[in-house]
Parts: sequence; structure tokens; C-alpha cells
Amino acid sequence: MGFFLETVFGGLMAGMLYALVALGFVLIFKASGVFNFSQGAMVLFAALAMARFAEWFPQWFGFESLLLANVLALLAAAACMVAVAWLVERLALRGLVNQPAITLLMATLGISYFLDGAGQLIFGSSTYKIDVGLPKDPLFVLEDTFPGGLLLNKEDLYSAVIAAALVGALSLFFQKTRTGRALRAVADDHQAAQSIGIPLSRIWVIVWSVGGLVALVAGIIWGSKLGVQYSISLVALKAFPVVILGGLTSVPGAIVGGLIIGVGEKLSEIYLGPTVGGGIENWFAYVLALSFLLVRPQGLFGDKIIDRV
Amino acid sequence: MFYRENGQFKASYRADLALFPVAQDRRAVLALALIAFVAVPWLASDYTFRAVLIPFLVLSLAALGLNVLVGYCGQISLGTGAFMAVGAYAAYNLQVRIEGMPLLLSLIGGGLAATVCGVLFGLPSLRIRGLYLAVATLAAQFFIDWFTNRVPWVTNNSSSGSVSVGTLQLFGLPLETPAQRYLLCLSLVVVCGILTKNLVRGAIGREWMAMRDMDVAAAVIGIRPVHAKLTAFAVSSFIVGVAGALWGFVHLGAWEPAAFGIDKSFQLLFMIIIGGLGSIVGSFFGAAFIVLLPLLLNHVPHWLGLPLSTAAASHLEHMIFGALIVFFLIVEPHGLARLWSTARQKLRLWPFPH
Repeated sequence: MGFFLETVFGGLMAGMLYALVALGFVLIFKASGVFNFSQGAMVLFAALAMARFAEWFPQWFGFESLLLANVLALLAAAACMVAVAWLVERLALRGLVNQPAITLLMATLGISYFLDGAGQLIFGSSTYKIDVGLPKDPLFVLEDTFPGGLLLNKEDLYSAVIAAALVGALSLFFQKTRTGRALRAVADDHQAAQSIGIPLSRIWVIVWSVGGLVALVAGIIWGSKLGVQYSISLVALKAFPVVILGGLTSVPGAIVGGLIIGVGEKLSEIYLGPTVGGGIENWFAYVLALSFLLVRPQGLFGDKIIDRV
Repeated sequence: MFYRENGQFKASYRADLALFPVAQDRRAVLALALIAFVAVPWLASDYTFRAVLIPFLVLSLAALGLNVLVGYCGQISLGTGAFMAVGAYAAYNLQVRIEGMPLLLSLIGGGLAATVCGVLFGLPSLRIRGLYLAVATLAAQFFIDWFTNRVPWVTNNSSSGSVSVGTLQLFGLPLETPAQRYLLCLSLVVVCGILTKNLVRGAIGREWMAMRDMDVAAAVIGIRPVHAKLTAFAVSSFIVGVAGALWGFVHLGAWEPAAFGIDKSFQLLFMIIIGGLGSIVGSFFGAAFIVLLPLLLNHVPHWLGLPLSTAAASHLEHMIFGALIVFFLIVEPHGLARLWSTARQKLRLWPFPH
């Protein structure tokens, strides 16, 4: 029982991180109707920027403080992501208004090639580490209920808290601020939003920036866990099933989907993996999402698909 | 001036339904076929065959198959690489496990195995649509990647996971020189191309297109969604499977599962988008573009005399490739096939403006 719970907790933590990447997809899809394949590349780009700036700033300006370096690097990386968002809107999206979904999808694939190349060209392509002071030591809880207690990873716990805080902040931003309301209006109906004077292009820049910042947070957390290298961009492939499971247009869907996929993946790896030969986490999430979709084709919380002839 | 169809009257239904109704087109196609079948094998160098012509032909076959599914039936698939893998591994197993199996039958067997897989993974398309389906087809990609990696039977218990095919024989003749392999690919491409062209302009093709344009409306006028979607998946996966078998047997010779990874799927999708969705020639244009572009980009730093490290050059190549894709999608979202048809329209009037 203790082991089972440990697995579930591990799954929930991993799921929170998937949800974080998925969140970036959902935000961008909602506001600009683009299924953003380059989210993974954005995570890589942001993490590379963060890792390298944190390394470079102390050298350039000659200071020692890790905290200062991290704060400055965070700001610089955030600025990079805003710049990327602005360039994407300026150079790519603006020319692709009203194109079918698949064309936009391929365009974001092109963007992801570009970002992969640019990130590694500018910041280098070996493995870097991000040290933002997340604790690495394990944590034992509920020692009186189970023999030996439950082993939790403190780092995972912290990241889950950060992810949850980010989600909370984003939903406040969406619900309570003027810009958030404009974003929701654009998500609802481009034309109607435009006709009451909401500037589409600025909204797109904002939403891609928010997507970029979410990617930055995801990149920092993943990067401090696994190190920053090219494979970090493959995290996006983990987030796809989360997005379709939760529904392409739903922020809570991304969270719930992430948790379901995280737990399902860990449980399947432990209880199903040995019988079929292991390594199933690559596809299990997709099959899980697929089986949910067969019941609800729009995902758990997605907008109902209504056909008009 | 030269490209006029004035005076070419169609006097029979047969003439009206001809594959190439314009006489100049017929002549051009004939000339092209002559060049491809006679002149090229005679003139091209081994390097050209290996690096350019064979990959181009095999990938355009795969793109053709994918175009049936995405361009004609409107079902986005990100799992093409997996179906190529199924074709390649099925053909490999047929070749290895059955003594004296003819090459052509193995290739067709690979296609049939891919068809079965395609229909199986196409079943969710009856319920799931659009981008949801696109992501769901990734399930096929990752599942088959895993399957070919983990099940030793598939690779004939090879310890490294990679497989290799021996010498190829066609009707008792060994296929040794690149020119012979090129001719095999070319013949298969031509046969599949003609078959596909006839399928898409027949009843079934119209069902696919109706399904693509609006599936509910198509169902209302009596087109069975199950039939239309699954036949599209079947035809598409068959062609893709044959292409996969060719890619493994003729182009690579020896391969490991990574050869049919998700990158291949994306690459094929790029081809049909850049070539033109729902267009047979588009598949060929797209394949040519995607095969030639990296070759060209490879040489650019060399020509400019830039002293770049290999890593930097490959990153730069990535950047230019991505940027070109986006640029191309903005400039001509309907693909090279649209440019081609515009050029033909202009040619009809040339040299007069109207």
C-alpha cells in the first residue's frame, strides 16, 4: 500500500510538470487557434537562456552571488521569450491569418526547427545545469501510518507547488484583469473581439509571451531536475496526450489531464510494464488519452464540438 | 503560343475522361517518362542515384500515400513513419522467414501489413476529428517505435536491434547497381501514381473529398463515413508501407528502428504541405524540395567560404530550414502545386496578357 501511494504521489508530481507544459499549449491554442508544436522548442530555448545567462552574468559583471545571478538570468530569459513571441507574431503569425489548422501547425513546426537551431547556436549545445536552489534531499512522511513512511522527493514537491502557484496566478490573470478579459474575448470569437476594438496582434504577442514564460518556468524546473540539453524539448511530446485528454481549450483540463497522465504512466510502468517488456511510458499516455477520447471526442473539459451543415 | 488546347475536340467519352486531356501534356509526360527511364539511368552518376534520385522517388511515393489520407480525405496523420516501419519490417520478415520469397511479393506484403495497421489505427478517426486525431495518430508512431524496438521477433532476434537485407533479386536478376534499384523504384512509383490518380478521380476519391470538405454533410447525402475514412486509411497505408519497404530495402539496406521515427512523419507532412495538399504532382514537388533543400544547405557555408564547425553548421541548417518552411507557408500556403497550375494558366495565354 505504501509503495502504491508512493507511486501515485510520484505520478502526481510528474503530472503537475506535464500540466505545466500542456498549459502553454492550451493558452496559445485558445487565443490564436494555433496548435503550437514549438512549445517544446520554446522550453528548450528558455531553459538554455536561463542556464547560460546564470553562468555568464557573474563572469561579465564580476559578482559572486548565486541569487543575483539567477534573478538576472530569469529576467534576461523572460526578455528573450517576449522577444521570441514578438518575432513569431511579426514574422510568422501575421502572414498566416485565416489559414487552415494544419498549415498553422506546420508553421509552428518550422518555428520549432528554427528555435532549436537558434538556441543551440547562440547558447551552445552541450549539457548545462540550472541551480535555482531546489532541495534535492528526500522527504519521509506519514511514518506512523506505514512502516518506513512514504518517500517523497522534495524537489518534486517544490516544483508541484510552483506549478500550482503559476496556474493560480494565470487563472487570476485571465479572470480578473483587463488584458485577461481581452484574451478570453479573442479566444471566444476573433471577429467579434476585433470589432469591439481589441487589437488582435497585440493580444497574440501577449499570449505567446505568456506561453513563453510558462515554457521558461517549465524549462527551469525540468532543467534543474534533468539538466538542460536537447532532449528537454521532447518534453512536449509528453504533453500532447495531456492536452487532448483535457481538451484543447481548457486550462483546468490541462491540469487534470496532466495528473491523470502522470499517475497512469507511473502505475502502468510499475504494474503493467514488466509483463509486456518495459519502456511503455512512451506510448502508454497516448493510448490512455485515446481511450478517453473515444468516449468524449472533445476531451474531458473541451468545448463541445457542434456541427452545422 | 505552344500550350494551346484550341482545336483539340473531345469526340468521345473516352477522350473526355483521358488522364491527360491536353495533347501537349501527353507529349510532355511521354518525354518525361523517356528521360526518366532511358536517359537518367544512362547519364546519372552513382552518387546522384544514392543521394538524390532514390530517396526522392521513395519519399515521393510515401508522400503520395500520405496525401491520399491528409490531402484528399482530410484526416491529419502524424504516424506515417510508423506505417513505413511496418511496411519495412513486414517485408523484411517475409524475405527472411520464407525461402525464395520474390522481392515484389515481399514489398506488396509489407504494404498489406501496413494496410492492416493503418485501418486499425484509423478506427479512432470515426469518433475523433481534427487536431485531436492528429495527436491520437502519434499513438501509432510511439507504439510501433516501441514494438519494433522491444519485440525481438520483429528484428529476427538481432542483438543490436538493427536489421539488414542481403542482395536483392528481381525475377531472378540481381539488383546490384544503383541504376537498377532506381529503375525498380521508378516503376513502382509510376504504377502507384497512376493507380492513385485514377482512384482519386473516381467514385471513391469523390467520397474522400466530400468527407474532407465536410463530413456531416457528406454523411447526410449518403456517403458512409466508415467506408470512406477507412478506405482512405487503407489505401494510404498501403502506399506508405510499400514506400517504407523500399526505403529499407533499396535506399538504406540496413536500418534500425530510429530510421522510421517521428522526424520521418514530420518530414513527410512537410512534403505534402509544401507540395500542395490534395494534389498528385504536389507530392512529387514536395519530396523534391525536402530532399534537395538539405543537400543545398549543406553546401552553402562551403560556397561562401565560412569557417563553421560541423555542429554550428547543422544548427544553422536547422534554422534556415525552419525559416524557409515558415516563409514558404506564408508566401504560398497552397503549395508548389498551386504555383505549377498558375504557371500553366499563364502559359496558355503567353505571350499575350489576356
